[in-house]
Amino acid sequence: MRDVAVIGVGITQFGELWTKSLRELFVEAALKAIKDAGVDHIDSMYVGCMTSGLFAQQEHLGALMADYLGQNPVPAVRVESACASGGYAFRLGLFEVASGASDIVLVGGVEKMHTGADATAALAAAADAEYESFIGVTFPGLYAMIAVAYKEKYNIPDDVFRKQLAMVAVKNHENGSKNPNAQFRAKITVDTVLNSTLVADPLRLFDCSPVTDGAAAVILCPADMAKKYTDTIIKVSGSGAATSTIQLAQREDMAWLDVVENAAKAAYKMAGVEPKDIDFAEVHDCFTIAEVCVIEALGFFNPGEGIKAADEGKTALDGEIPINTSGGLKSKGHPVGATGVAQIVELVEQLRGSAGERQVKNARRGLAQNMGGSGASCTVHILEVV
Amino acid sequence: MLTPRVYKEIPQRYRLEANKCKKCGKVLFPPRLVCPCGSEELEFYRLPSKGKIATYTVVRTPPQNFSYQKPIVIAVVELEDGTRIMAQVTDLPPNANYHEYVKVGAPVELVFRKLFSEGEAGIHVYGYKCRLL
Repeated sequence: MRDVAVIGVGITQFGELWTKSLRELFVEAALKAIKDAGVDHIDSMYVGCMTSGLFAQQEHLGALMADYLGQNPVPAVRVESACASGGYAFRLGLFEVASGASDIVLVGGVEKMHTGADATAALAAAADAEYESFIGVTFPGLYAMIAVAYKEKYNIPDDVFRKQLAMVAVKNHENGSKNPNAQFRAKITVDTVLNSTLVADPLRLFDCSPVTDGAAAVILCPADMAKKYTDTIIKVSGSGAATSTIQLAQREDMAWLDVVENAAKAAYKMAGVEPKDIDFAEVHDCFTIAEVCVIEALGFFNPGEGIKAADEGKTALDGEIPINTSGGLKSKGHPVGATGVAQIVELVEQLRGSAGERQVKNARRGLAQNMGGSGASCTVHILEVV
Repeated sequence: MLTPRVYKEIPQRYRLEANKCKKCGKVLFPPRLVCPCGSEELEFYRLPSKGKIATYTVVRTPPQNFSYQKPIVIAVVELEDGTRIMAQVTDLPPNANYHEYVKVGAPVELVFRKLFSEGEAGIHVYGYKCRLL
């Protein structure tokens, strides 16, 4: 397989954008990426999107987006893996270039969530419809049960656990305050989280990522062609993906995300690196507890230690392994199908040294982890400056 | 959108029917056509109705079909044979501090209940829930 580079990125404002439609969001991000790369054509495109059918009564996004981007007749297809749709779209675009089938591929992700549809019910379609959503459980509910299982497994007192979880949100809002595209740029405190309304005990409103409209896009090309377009060549050195049980109840250990462990193993192997070689990471903090479990499964922290990481400053911008420099899903926002691609955009900004106020010092190698459902699907990508 | 009819008609919703792999002995709920071990030799198996709570939450913002019941308590129950099943905890006093009653490790039994009603006609949808013992 050929080495592949990311040569262009584009992202829209993330937020509650009632006047922007699904296609406008996607095309805006895609145009930015095409201009950023400086390419005069694309050979193929992928559209990551979770559930435009339930949110916007629109399927068939490959054709729709290729048309409105003015790219007919290039082949285009929508990729779906719940909240990991963007990460999976990126993986398929990567393989299309790596295989030699195409040279210049656009990978975008989009979700239009403010449409009037019942967002909780639409998102619940990522769970097991016959055995989970059917009994009334929601995604905050599923992650809340992961949180309770985690607290029990490591025998953590309620008040300590609650404050440590809150610190994940505080840290991500701190980072997001430095990101002009973030949905929520206000800094918060532990009290903001602890005084917010309960959503699914013990998770409160400020433990949850928001409902967001937004899109992101990147342009991929063979690494040996990249110097034609850019001076900073950013190579995709590792890609891993995995699945696990769709139902949380059937997970062997409900406090451990085996799907992340398996996807990460494959990505580390392909890149020939270990967790300690990663300088910073964007991870799937759809809920505060998710970030805790993910940074353990990625191998950055030992089991049971991830909960302390934010509280001890280890995952802050100037910590030993900065996590979610963009503000993460919590502060930047979580347009589900766009998230996996937006993570790649943040990695590229950091590796180019163009992340402004939130720039990580000496960022040479970054990791992006995107997850679907309650940990049923996951992609992990490693990008590095050549 | 109405619940697909097949979801309401599958027998395991009402009779705790599972199957068991003849090769590796794993109990499969919901019943499957193939065991993760690769075997397709599966036999009928009835789940025990008693178990204990493995994890739980109080869902304060359930989907619209459940909004008249809110908040709802949802648990993962570990049955006596080790099989896990997710179910709503029912028969709790209204507007209580649910954490006083529902705890990890609390013994429960599965019971037959109405889950919700849907559509303009208010079609009842039934299934299992669990109650504290």
